[in-house]
Amino acid sequence: MSKLEIKSRLPGVFYRRSSPDAAPFKSDGDAVAVGDVIGLVEVMKSFHEVKAGVTGGAIRFLVEDADAIMAGQTLAEVEA
Amino acid sequence: MKIRSVLIANRGEIAVRIIRAAKALGLRTVQVFSQADADSLAVRLADESIAIGPPAAKKSYLNIEAILAAAAAARVDAIHPGYGFLSENADFADAVVAAGMVFVGPTGAAIRLLGDKVAARRVAAEAGVPTVPGSEGRVSDIAQGRAIVAAIGFPAMIKAAAGGGGRGIRIVQTMAEFEQQFPQASAEAAAAFGDGGLYVEKVIEKARHVEVQILGDGVNVVHAFERECSLQRRRQKVWEEAPAIELPAAVREKLCASAVSLARSVGYRGAGTVEYLYDEATQQFYFIEVNTRIQVEHPVTEMIAGLDLVQEMLRIAGGLPLSVRQDEIAIAGHASECRINAEDPYRNFMPSPGLVEKLEIPSGEGVRFDTLLFDGYVVPPFYDSLLGKLIVHGANRADCLARLREALGGLKIVGIPTTVPLHAALATDADVIAGRFHTRFLEQWLETKFAAPGGDKEVAR
Repeated sequence: MSKLEIKSRLPGVFYRRSSPDAAPFKSDGDAVAVGDVIGLVEVMKSFHEVKAGVTGGAIRFLVEDADAIMAGQTLAEVEA
Repeated sequence: MKIRSVLIANRGEIAVRIIRAAKALGLRTVQVFSQADADSLAVRLADESIAIGPPAAKKSYLNIEAILAAAAAARVDAIHPGYGFLSENADFADAVVAAGMVFVGPTGAAIRLLGDKVAARRVAAEAGVPTVPGSEGRVSDIAQGRAIVAAIGFPAMIKAAAGGGGRGIRIVQTMAEFEQQFPQASAEAAAAFGDGGLYVEKVIEKARHVEVQILGDGVNVVHAFERECSLQRRRQKVWEEAPAIELPAAVREKLCASAVSLARSVGYRGAGTVEYLYDEATQQFYFIEVNTRIQVEHPVTEMIAGLDLVQEMLRIAGGLPLSVRQDEIAIAGHASECRINAEDPYRNFMPSPGLVEKLEIPSGEGVRFDTLLFDGYVVPPFYDSLLGKLIVHGANRADCLARLREALGGLKIVGIPTTVPLHAALATDADVIAGRFHTRFLEQWLETKFAAPGGDKEVAR
C-alpha cells in the first residue's frame, strides 16, 4: 500500500491541537480529506493552518505536538 | 559604578544593542541563548555565552530558573531584560534581587503597580495625568451609565470589564443606541466572560499615538521628549518618529510634565515610557499605559536628544545618579525609525524566516541600523520578525525623510522578503510626507494605496 506525505511549507513549531486544552485535530489512524486541518505551524508568533492536501486513510504523525520543524519537513503520512 | 558585569536576558537586535552599551561602559557581558540562537550576533559579540534551553521561548528566554542559574554560574552583578520576554515580569525582577543581583529596571513593586491597568489609571489620575473620560471602574446600572455618557459625549464605547484585546467592545453614536446596546452588552459579556460588568469610555477618533520617554534614578526623573508612533498595523508599531509631528510647544510642555509627574509619584527608576492618545482636533492628550522597560523605538529619542538611553539604564542600575539634568536635554532636529521585519508586505505580511545571503547596510550622516543580521545568518522562525531598525536623523522632518528615502534605497537584505518595500512606499506617500496620519491610517492605506510592483504578479507568486 502506498503512502502519501503531508509536508509543512513553513518552518516553525508544529501544534496538533488548536489550544493546549483542545482535542487534537487528528489522531493516528484517522482518515483525512484534502481540506482537513491536521495542525498549526507557529512561525514568528503567527499561526498558520496545515491542511492535509491529500485524501487518505490511517494518518500517522511523524512529529510530536510542539516540535520544532523545518520547511519541507514531512509531518505525517497517510495511506492512499 | 557598583556593577561590573551584566547578563542579557534577551535576544535579537536589543541584545546586540545592550552588549554594545555595556561594553562601552567597560562591563563584562554574558549572553544567554536558546538552541536556535547559538550562532547569533549577540552570542558572537558577548564576552561569554551560556545555553539556557530549547528554541521555544517558554523553555529558554521565559525560563526564570534557567536564567537565574546562568547568572549564578557566570557570577554577574546585574541582569538586563531588554524588551518583551521577562522585561515586565515583576516576579522576575523580584527574583533577580532576591538572588543578590541588580535588575536593570524599576522595582518589582513599580512594575506590578504600573502593569495593572486599573491601578495605573488611578496612579495617573492622582498624578494629574488626563485619562480617557469615562466611568471610574464598573458602571452599576443603566441610569448611572446614561449619566456618564451624557457627560462625556458621543461616540462612546461600552466595554466588557472582563474583555480584552478588542473583544467585548461596542461603539454607540446616540443616547437611543446606548439605551438599546447597554443591556445587550451586559448579557453578552455575562455569556462570553462569565461577568456582565461594563465600563463606559469616550471614543477618541483619529487619535495619534504619542509617548513620552522618561528616565529616573529613584530620586530624580527627567523626560527626553516624545515620540510619534501612529503608523501601526494590528496595534503593532511599524514606523516611529521623534519629536511628534506639529505638536504645539505648550501641549508638549504639559504632556512631558505629566509623564514626569506620574513617574515621580512612584519613585521611578530606569527607562520607561508613558503612552498617550493625542486628539489633534482638541489638542487633548489621554493616558493609555506605562511601559516599564526600554522600548523598541528608543533610538529616535536618542537621535534627537543626544542621549544613550541603554547606557543610562546601566549607569542607574550601577547606583549612579542621572547623568543629565532636565535643562540639559533639548530637541535637535528630527528622527525616524523604520522597523525592518522578516515579513512579505505583498503577501499579507507572511513571516519569512530563512537565510540572509547578503546584507548591505547604508551609511552616511545621521544614518543608523540596529540589527541582529550578518551575511549568511539564518533567521530562525521561533521569535518575532524584527530584523533591524533603520534610524535616520535630519535637521528637520523634511530633511530626515529625504535622508530616509536614500538610506532605504541603500539597504539590501538579499535572500528573504522584508518590509523594506513597504517603508520605501510610505516614505514617498504624500500624506506621510505631510504628516497627515493617525492610528488607523496605515491599515486603510495598505488596503487602498499599497500594491506589489507589476500588479498581481507578486501576489500570485
